[in-house]
Amino acid sequence: MKARVHVMLKNGVLDPQGEAVRHALGSLGFDGVEGVRQGKVIELDLADGTSEATIGEMCEKLLANTVIESYSVEVL
Amino acid sequence: MRAAVIVFPGSNCDRDMAVALKAAGADVSMVWHKDANLPDGIDLVAVPGGFSFGDYLRCGAIAARSPICKAVVNHADRGGYVLGVCNGFQVLTETGLLPGALMRNANLKFICKTVDLKVETSASAFTEGYNAGDTVGYPVAHHDGNYTVDDETLAALRSEDRIAFSYVDNPNGSVADIAGVLSENRRVLGMMPHPERAVDTGHGGTDGQALFRGLLGQFAQA
Repeated sequence: MKARVHVMLKNGVLDPQGEAVRHALGSLGFDGVEGVRQGKVIELDLADGTSEATIGEMCEKLLANTVIESYSVEVL
Repeated sequence: MRAAVIVFPGSNCDRDMAVALKAAGADVSMVWHKDANLPDGIDLVAVPGGFSFGDYLRCGAIAARSPICKAVVNHADRGGYVLGVCNGFQVLTETGLLPGALMRNANLKFICKTVDLKVETSASAFTEGYNAGDTVGYPVAHHDGNYTVDDETLAALRSEDRIAFSYVDNPNGSVADIAGVLSENRRVLGMMPHPERAVDTGHGGTDGQALFRGLLGQFAQA
Protein backbone atom coordinates (compact mmCIF):
# COMPACT_ATOMS: atom_id res chain seq x y z
CA MET A 1 0.00 0.00 0.00
CA LYS A 2 1.02 3.56 -0.50
CA ALA A 3 0.32 6.70 1.45
CA ARG A 4 1.00 10.30 0.68
CA VAL A 5 1.79 12.75 3.46
CA HIS A 6 1.34 16.47 2.86
CA VAL A 7 3.33 18.73 5.17
CA MET A 8 2.54 22.44 5.23
CA LEU A 9 3.59 25.34 7.41
CA LYS A 10 0.80 26.12 9.83
CA ASN A 11 -1.48 29.02 9.08
CA GLY A 12 -0.02 32.15 10.56
CA VAL A 13 3.59 30.97 10.21
CA LEU A 14 5.25 33.27 7.69
CA ASP A 15 6.53 31.33 4.67
CA PRO A 16 9.44 33.30 3.16
CA GLN A 17 9.92 30.76 0.35
CA GLY A 18 6.27 30.90 -0.66
CA GLU A 19 6.51 34.69 -0.61
CA ALA A 20 9.53 34.58 -2.95
CA VAL A 21 7.63 32.29 -5.34
CA ARG A 22 4.69 34.71 -5.28
CA HIS A 23 7.00 37.59 -6.24
CA ALA A 24 8.56 35.52 -9.05
CA LEU A 25 5.13 34.69 -10.46
CA GLY A 26 4.30 38.39 -10.38
CA SER A 27 7.47 39.27 -12.25
CA LEU A 28 6.53 36.70 -14.93
CA GLY A 29 3.37 38.68 -15.48
CA PHE A 30 0.91 36.47 -13.59
CA ASP A 31 -1.29 39.05 -11.92
CA GLY A 32 -3.60 38.29 -9.07
CA VAL A 33 -1.50 35.68 -7.23
CA GLU A 34 -2.47 36.74 -3.75
CA GLY A 35 -0.58 34.15 -1.79
CA VAL A 36 1.71 31.15 -2.17
CA ARG A 37 2.40 28.55 0.50
CA GLN A 38 5.08 25.98 -0.13
CA GLY A 39 5.03 22.54 1.49
CA LYS A 40 6.29 19.02 1.03
CA VAL A 41 4.78 15.82 -0.31
CA ILE A 42 6.23 12.59 1.07
CA GLU A 43 5.22 9.28 -0.53
CA LEU A 44 5.45 6.20 1.65
CA ASP A 45 5.57 2.66 0.31
CA LEU A 46 4.17 0.62 3.20
CA ALA A 47 3.51 -2.99 4.17
CA ASP A 48 -0.16 -3.82 3.57
CA GLY A 49 -2.29 -3.25 6.61
CA THR A 50 -0.24 -0.39 8.05
CA SER A 51 -2.78 1.55 10.08
CA GLU A 52 -3.49 5.22 9.67
CA ALA A 53 -2.63 5.59 13.34
CA THR A 54 0.88 4.29 12.63
CA ILE A 55 1.26 6.72 9.74
CA GLY A 56 0.08 9.50 12.03
CA GLU A 57 2.76 8.51 14.51
CA MET A 58 5.40 8.69 11.74
CA CYS A 59 4.25 12.24 11.03
CA GLU A 60 4.29 13.27 14.68
CA LYS A 61 7.69 11.73 15.40
CA LEU A 62 9.60 12.70 12.29
CA LEU A 63 7.91 13.76 9.06
CA ALA A 64 6.44 17.02 10.37
CA ASN A 65 7.73 19.42 13.01
CA THR A 66 4.42 20.13 14.68
CA VAL A 67 5.79 23.31 16.26
CA ILE A 68 5.53 24.99 12.86
CA GLU A 69 4.01 22.43 10.47
CA SER A 70 0.70 20.67 10.00
CA TYR A 71 0.24 17.47 8.04
CA SER A 72 -2.44 15.44 6.34
CA VAL A 73 -2.34 11.78 5.30
CA GLU A 74 -3.85 10.38 2.15
CA VAL A 75 -3.93 6.57 1.88
CA LEU A 76 -3.74 5.64 -1.83
CA MET B 1 35.27 19.50 33.17
CA ARG B 2 34.59 16.63 30.82
CA ALA B 3 32.93 17.56 27.55
CA ALA B 4 31.60 15.46 24.69
CA VAL B 5 31.30 16.87 21.17
CA ILE B 6 28.75 14.99 19.08
CA VAL B 7 29.72 14.25 15.48
CA PHE B 8 27.07 13.63 12.82
CA PRO B 9 27.69 12.99 9.14
CA GLY B 10 27.87 16.56 7.84
CA SER B 11 28.99 18.22 11.08
CA ASN B 12 31.69 20.75 10.22
CA CYS B 13 32.23 22.79 13.41
CA ASP B 14 32.92 19.78 15.63
CA ARG B 15 36.69 20.24 15.66
CA ASP B 16 36.43 24.02 16.16
CA MET B 17 34.19 23.31 19.14
CA ALA B 18 36.71 20.80 20.54
CA VAL B 19 39.56 23.32 20.11
CA ALA B 20 37.58 26.05 21.90
CA LEU B 21 36.65 23.74 24.78
CA LYS B 22 40.21 22.44 25.15
CA ALA B 23 41.59 25.99 25.09
CA ALA B 24 39.32 26.79 28.01
CA GLY B 25 40.64 23.75 29.88
CA ALA B 26 38.09 21.01 29.18
CA ASP B 27 38.87 17.36 28.63
CA VAL B 28 37.10 16.64 25.31
CA SER B 29 35.82 13.40 23.76
CA MET B 30 34.39 13.19 20.25
CA VAL B 31 31.27 11.01 20.15
CA TRP B 32 29.85 9.48 16.95
CA HIS B 33 26.11 9.79 16.36
CA LYS B 34 25.60 6.01 16.22
CA ASP B 35 26.84 5.54 19.79
CA ALA B 36 23.94 4.94 22.14
CA ASN B 37 25.78 6.21 25.23
CA LEU B 38 27.91 9.14 26.26
CA PRO B 39 31.29 8.39 27.87
CA ASP B 40 31.08 8.16 31.67
CA GLY B 41 31.34 11.34 33.70
CA ILE B 42 30.43 13.84 30.97
CA ASP B 43 29.50 17.28 32.33
CA LEU B 44 28.79 19.08 29.08
CA VAL B 45 27.54 17.88 25.70
CA ALA B 46 28.26 20.19 22.78
CA VAL B 47 26.17 19.74 19.64
CA PRO B 48 28.18 21.46 16.89
CA GLY B 49 27.31 23.34 13.74
CA GLY B 50 27.30 21.97 10.24
CA PHE B 51 24.82 20.34 7.91
CA SER B 52 24.00 17.06 9.65
CA PHE B 53 22.51 14.58 7.19
CA GLY B 54 22.67 17.23 4.47
CA ASP B 55 19.80 19.14 6.12
CA TYR B 56 17.47 16.50 4.60
CA LEU B 57 13.80 16.73 5.61
CA ARG B 58 14.45 19.70 7.96
CA CYS B 59 17.67 21.06 9.44
CA GLY B 60 18.57 18.87 12.40
CA ALA B 61 15.53 16.59 12.05
CA ILE B 62 17.35 13.35 11.24
CA ALA B 63 20.20 14.06 13.67
CA ALA B 64 17.69 14.59 16.48
CA ARG B 65 16.45 11.00 15.99
CA SER B 66 19.93 9.43 15.99
CA PRO B 67 20.86 7.00 18.80
CA ILE B 68 23.18 9.46 20.59
CA CYS B 69 20.43 12.07 20.88
CA LYS B 70 18.46 9.84 23.26
CA ALA B 71 21.54 9.85 25.48
CA VAL B 72 21.84 13.64 25.12
CA VAL B 73 18.20 14.10 26.16
CA ASN B 74 18.75 11.79 29.16
CA HIS B 75 21.87 13.76 30.09
CA ALA B 76 19.84 17.00 29.99
CA ASP B 77 16.99 15.42 31.96
CA ARG B 78 19.51 14.49 34.67
CA GLY B 79 20.52 18.15 34.88
CA GLY B 80 23.57 17.93 32.62
CA TYR B 81 24.75 20.88 30.55
CA VAL B 82 24.18 21.02 26.79
CA LEU B 83 25.38 23.63 24.32
CA GLY B 84 23.99 23.59 20.77
CA VAL B 85 25.42 25.97 18.20
CA CYS B 86 23.95 26.66 14.77
CA ASN B 87 22.95 23.23 13.42
CA GLY B 88 23.31 22.09 17.03
CA PHE B 89 20.60 24.60 18.04
CA GLN B 90 18.38 23.24 15.27
CA VAL B 91 18.99 19.71 16.57
CA LEU B 92 18.09 20.75 20.15
CA THR B 93 14.78 22.30 19.04
CA GLU B 94 14.02 19.13 17.06
CA THR B 95 14.64 16.97 20.15
CA GLY B 96 12.30 19.21 22.15
CA LEU B 97 15.02 20.18 24.65
CA LEU B 98 14.49 23.79 23.59
CA PRO B 99 11.24 25.41 22.45
CA GLY B 100 10.53 26.85 19.02
CA ALA B 101 11.95 26.09 15.59
CA LEU B 102 14.43 27.57 13.13
CA MET B 103 13.06 28.45 9.72
CA ARG B 104 14.57 29.70 6.47
CA ASN B 105 16.09 33.20 6.86
CA ALA B 106 13.49 35.87 6.08
CA ASN B 107 15.60 37.23 3.20
CA LEU B 108 16.18 33.65 1.92
CA LYS B 109 19.94 34.25 1.84
CA PHE B 110 22.73 32.29 3.47
CA ILE B 111 24.21 34.78 5.93
CA CYS B 112 27.92 34.54 6.74
CA LYS B 113 29.34 37.46 8.71
CA THR B 114 30.20 38.64 12.19
CA VAL B 115 27.22 40.16 13.99
CA ASP B 116 26.80 42.09 17.20
CA LEU B 117 24.83 40.35 19.91
CA LYS B 118 23.40 41.71 23.11
CA VAL B 119 23.90 39.53 26.16
CA GLU B 120 20.38 39.47 27.61
CA THR B 121 21.15 37.68 30.85
CA SER B 122 24.25 36.77 32.80
CA ALA B 123 22.25 34.33 34.91
CA SER B 124 23.46 31.07 33.37
CA ALA B 125 26.69 29.09 33.40
CA PHE B 126 27.12 30.02 29.74
CA THR B 127 26.74 33.77 30.13
CA GLU B 128 28.00 34.49 33.64
CA GLY B 129 31.31 35.66 32.15
CA TYR B 130 29.46 38.62 30.62
CA ASN B 131 27.33 41.39 32.02
CA ALA B 132 23.72 41.64 30.90
CA GLY B 133 23.63 44.39 28.29
CA ASP B 134 27.16 43.71 26.97
CA THR B 135 27.59 43.74 23.20
CA VAL B 136 29.69 40.91 21.78
CA GLY B 137 30.69 40.03 18.22
CA TYR B 138 30.20 36.41 17.10
CA PRO B 139 30.23 35.04 13.56
CA VAL B 140 27.00 33.65 12.08
CA ALA B 141 26.86 31.29 9.11
CA HIS B 142 23.42 29.89 8.40
CA HIS B 143 20.53 29.64 5.97
CA ASP B 144 17.93 28.59 8.52
CA GLY B 145 18.35 30.75 11.59
CA ASN B 146 14.98 32.46 11.66
CA TYR B 147 13.83 31.57 15.18
CA THR B 148 10.11 31.20 15.59
CA VAL B 149 8.08 30.40 18.66
CA ASP B 150 4.43 30.84 19.61
CA ASP B 151 3.38 33.95 21.55
CA GLU B 152 2.70 32.09 24.76
CA THR B 153 6.16 30.48 24.81
CA LEU B 154 7.78 33.79 23.89
CA ALA B 155 6.09 35.40 26.88
CA ALA B 156 7.41 32.58 29.07
CA LEU B 157 10.94 32.95 27.66
CA ARG B 158 10.81 36.64 28.51
CA SER B 159 9.30 36.36 31.96
CA GLU B 160 11.68 33.54 32.91
CA ASP B 161 14.72 35.48 31.60
CA ARG B 162 15.56 32.64 29.18
CA ILE B 163 16.63 34.72 26.18
CA ALA B 164 20.42 34.46 26.42
CA PHE B 165 21.45 36.52 23.39
CA SER B 166 19.64 38.77 20.94
CA TYR B 167 20.76 40.34 17.66
CA VAL B 168 21.54 44.06 17.75
CA ASP B 169 20.64 44.21 14.04
CA ASN B 170 18.42 41.20 13.28
CA PRO B 171 19.89 39.49 10.19
CA ASN B 172 17.45 36.62 9.72
CA GLY B 173 13.95 37.60 10.83
CA SER B 174 14.03 35.85 14.22
CA VAL B 175 11.10 36.69 16.45
CA ALA B 176 12.05 39.28 19.11
CA ASP B 177 15.61 39.36 17.61
CA ILE B 178 16.35 36.11 19.48
CA ALA B 179 19.79 34.62 18.81
CA GLY B 180 19.97 32.11 21.68
CA VAL B 181 17.65 30.61 24.30
CA LEU B 182 18.02 28.71 27.55
CA SER B 183 16.05 25.73 28.84
CA GLU B 184 13.86 26.02 31.93
CA ASN B 185 16.68 24.80 34.20
CA ARG B 186 19.11 27.18 32.39
CA ARG B 187 21.53 24.32 31.66
CA VAL B 188 20.74 23.89 27.96
CA LEU B 189 21.69 26.74 25.62
CA GLY B 190 20.98 26.82 21.90
CA MET B 191 22.22 29.66 19.72
CA MET B 192 22.75 30.34 16.02
CA PRO B 193 25.95 32.47 16.33
CA HIS B 194 29.26 30.66 16.79
CA PRO B 195 31.13 31.36 20.07
CA GLU B 196 33.68 28.67 19.11
CA ARG B 197 34.69 30.79 16.10
CA ALA B 198 35.46 33.76 18.35
CA VAL B 199 38.15 32.40 20.66
CA ASP B 200 41.38 33.20 18.80
CA THR B 201 42.76 36.60 17.85
CA GLY B 202 43.84 35.05 14.54
CA HIS B 203 40.19 34.54 13.70
CA GLY B 204 39.15 38.12 14.19
CA GLY B 205 37.91 38.23 17.75
CA THR B 206 37.87 36.58 21.15
CA ASP B 207 34.43 37.55 22.47
CA GLY B 208 33.48 33.88 22.68
CA GLN B 209 36.18 33.01 25.20
CA ALA B 210 34.14 34.26 28.15
CA LEU B 211 31.37 31.78 27.33
CA PHE B 212 33.70 28.78 27.50
CA ARG B 213 35.64 30.12 30.48
CA GLY B 214 32.40 30.82 32.34
CA LEU B 215 31.24 27.29 31.67
CA LEU B 216 34.54 25.83 32.85
CA GLY B 217 34.50 28.09 35.91
CA GLN B 218 31.20 26.55 36.90
CA PHE B 219 32.90 23.20 37.32
CA ALA B 220 36.05 24.59 38.92
CA GLN B 221 33.89 25.89 41.78
CA ALA B 222 32.01 22.61 42.19
